[in-house]
Amino acid sequence: MAENNSNQIQHETTIFAEPIFHIGNFTITNALLNTWLAVIILVIFLIAASKKIRKIPRGVQNVFEFLLESALNFADSITGSRKKSVKLLPICLTLFLFILVNNYLGLMPFVGSIGFVESTHGGSFFIPMFRGGTADLNTTLALALISFVAIHISGALTVGVWNYFNRFINIKAFLEIPNKFSKNKNVALVNPIKSFVSIIEIVGEAAKVASLSLRLFGNIFAGEILLVSMMSIFAFFVPIPFMFLEIIVGLVQALVFSILVLVFMSMATSAEEH
Amino acid sequence: MEGQTVSAAINLTMIAKALAIGVGSIAPALAIGKIGTKAMESIGRNPEAAGKILAPMLLSAAFAEAVAIYVLVVAFTIS
Repeated sequence: MAENNSNQIQHETTIFAEPIFHIGNFTITNALLNTWLAVIILVIFLIAASKKIRKIPRGVQNVFEFLLESALNFADSITGSRKKSVKLLPICLTLFLFILVNNYLGLMPFVGSIGFVESTHGGSFFIPMFRGGTADLNTTLALALISFVAIHISGALTVGVWNYFNRFINIKAFLEIPNKFSKNKNVALVNPIKSFVSIIEIVGEAAKVASLSLRLFGNIFAGEILLVSMMSIFAFFVPIPFMFLEIIVGLVQALVFSILVLVFMSMATSAEEH
Repeated sequence: MEGQTVSAAINLTMIAKALAIGVGSIAPALAIGKIGTKAMESIGRNPEAAGKILAPMLLSAAFAEAVAIYVLVVAFTIS
């Protein structure tokens, strides 16, 4: 970036989160602090909400039961059966709540403004203590990888490891050639092709991880930059519609991430039909 | 050698960034418009199904928008 005399403090928006301190070799960045804050908020809120559960609900418990019921109904329309929804919904709802709280924490007043000044040889830079958790590619990539592992484990547990492995590298088709050759001569040509077509699915899996993480990261990070640009034009009334946009975008992106994970999981756990 | 003289005359980085996001957001914008059009048509034909149409429409719009977000990330990483 441009050199500056060390009297002026520079504010820079970087793609990478700035490190705050180190524990041994492990760097604690400001986005990491924000995700811890989100976890603390979620844990306190949900423990407080589940303190007294009565048979006939009253007050706050009503709201949560309503939310859970509508989430289960929505998941039913994707998976098709209530039993499967109850099995698959915990991960997706956890992802939704975590991403939602992280997105909204990035809009809070103290995020991005409280910090300290660090002087390096390029000049002095202002480093904020907190920064939107999902505005860091590390967080979204970690979430996408966790979902990837969860999808494959749930698929392998439901259908059986051999069957699930054969969806990607179809060895079963190869082994069946001698059996079915007497009935149908086509098998010798078609089955090897079936084996190799499934390998393309592996590329699709990598694309899923990349698209999940980049979609969330790009939306939230671009929103932050948009807000900063709007506030630097005129700080008082201009950012209001953009704040509304960011609230909507935060909700929609959390929803899209968790719905996609739900869809992939239900596709992986459904029996294969040809 | 040629690259240095060219970048001394024109700032290629800025042109690359602007071109990336400019060209790359044409197709997603058209796609989201088409999705919205079809959704509006089907709601107009069957107003009771508006609630059922909303969720798949939002999902498809998020997919189409993701392509524009990939372009945006590329534009950010061009140094």
